Amino acid sequence: MIKVLHPGFYSTIQDLGRKDFQHLGVPLSGVMDVYAAKMSNTLIGNDENCAVMEITMIGPKLEFCCDSVVAITGANLSPRLNNSDISNNSIINVGKGDVLSFGKPINGFRAYLAVSEGFQTKIVLKSRSMYQGITKVSSIKKGDELKIQPKNHKSKTYAVIKLRSDYLNENVISVYKGAEFERLTNAQMDKLFNQEFTISKENNRMAYQLNELISNELNSIITSLVLPGTIQLTPSGKLIVLMRNCQTTGGYPRILQLSEYAINVLAQKKAGDKIKFKLIDYKS
Amino acid sequence: MSEFELKYKPYGERSILIEWPQIISEKILNDVVFYKRKLEHYSFKEKVYVKSAYNSILITYDYTINNFYDEILTLKSVYSDDFDGVISDSKLWKIPVCYDLEFGLDLEEISLKNNLEISKIIELHIKINYLVYFIGFLPGFLYLGGLEKQLHFPRKNIPRLHVKKGSVAIGGSQTGIYPNESPGGWNIIGSTPLNFFDVHNQSPCFAKSGDRIQFVQISREEFDKITAQVDNGNYKIESEVIND
Repeated sequence: MIKVLHPGFYSTIQDLGRKDFQHLGVPLSGVMDVYAAKMSNTLIGNDENCAVMEITMIGPKLEFCCDSVVAITGANLSPRLNNSDISNNSIINVGKGDVLSFGKPINGFRAYLAVSEGFQTKIVLKSRSMYQGITKVSSIKKGDELKIQPKNHKSKTYAVIKLRSDYLNENVISVYKGAEFERLTNAQMDKLFNQEFTISKENNRMAYQLNELISNELNSIITSLVLPGTIQLTPSGKLIVLMRNCQTTGGYPRILQLSEYAINVLAQKKAGDKIKFKLIDYKS
Repeated sequence: MSEFELKYKPYGERSILIEWPQIISEKILNDVVFYKRKLEHYSFKEKVYVKSAYNSILITYDYTINNFYDEILTLKSVYSDDFDGVISDSKLWKIPVCYDLEFGLDLEEISLKNNLEISKIIELHIKINYLVYFIGFLPGFLYLGGLEKQLHFPRKNIPRLHVKKGSVAIGGSQTGIYPNESPGGWNIIGSTPLNFFDVHNQSPCFAKSGDRIQFVQISREEFDKITAQVDNGNYKIESEVIND
């Protein structure tokens, strides 16, 4: 078990999401940065769908009530075990009574904490991903006791994996043409691919809005399907990049679609960060 | 079965969007639903997830699609091939609704502005068998088609912060049921005691695209009685198979 001494800014339990229920209007949910989350599990020998803790900007303070093996990936939020600094992307043996905490955010926005066998929070609709209205609990609170499996330190040797952390600093977001891309004028396309965009304060697990506008006269579409990574253009010119908790359908024109890799890159951005879009083609 | 000219577009690395002509019609929806059910029965090499809306299907694969051209050819053959499997029946669901003013917070306003007696609003609302186009917006929110023109009513300028679970409402030319408490701009005309989304059920929402919904007026007493039955898990929603 892990006792939550402090929840941090916003921490949730996530796995790879609720893939089977979008046809009923259920958001996918799941980790925002799939790459980092999978790597945190892989490092300690977990299945990649094991539930991890997604930690946003300011990390939590957690007390372990049993031995475990853990790994932290994604954003560098200055992790510490008891009073010593520890590093991301490494295998860490944690003993009963140890306290894991975080300090200053150095790089990136979301970190992932994997523990042996994953967090054992309740499975709802085949997933442990927290989402308000589907799971009873929608984020981690002070005093929570999170169930984990105790893990003996000597039972396993681990593979060495080379992890990339360069993507935390990347500002190029690779995109495919969206379903309504062809409705844009040349001038609008030029603007999309030649100018920098700034992440707005309106950014969360549902969507990232961008500050710069693309003025347009596009009509709305008959409500159709959307996915995480879909970029919608509103009549007021706002670009909305849908993220993991997005609704399953929408009526704004879908002008671009982020590559899966780009969703991970964007998930590490915060308000004020700059990005540029780069158009890529489907393999043919 | 009439065939439409469909468009197939890659949608990210793992999905393909299939589009019908951009109009809302029952004929298109029937074709969407028929194609969706064929796709659900087809043995793909890997797991796929099929979702539909008014005039589109989005099929998502578990892994990256290496060759969109080949995959689209496969999809096209599923569309044009005869189907010899069992197509699940469409159903008509009877949804009990209490239209008392206690629930129908906006009935008086609609009555005034559309110049209709409240009893006439209810009569017009319950006489239609609404077509379920698809489920979206919120878990268990049905997009229904068929609302009488006289009942069309614009969404509120300022949405309510809390619309109660089970509220039956009108927004523009659409009618629908709020499956859970949420903010909402539609005009509330009544309430149903039924659950449209229950995470404890193996199929959390009883309705599916292609089904139909009929609203049945109930009294306040019946509302309480059905609420208790739903809470105890012994209310069976009245339904019948539709043979088109």
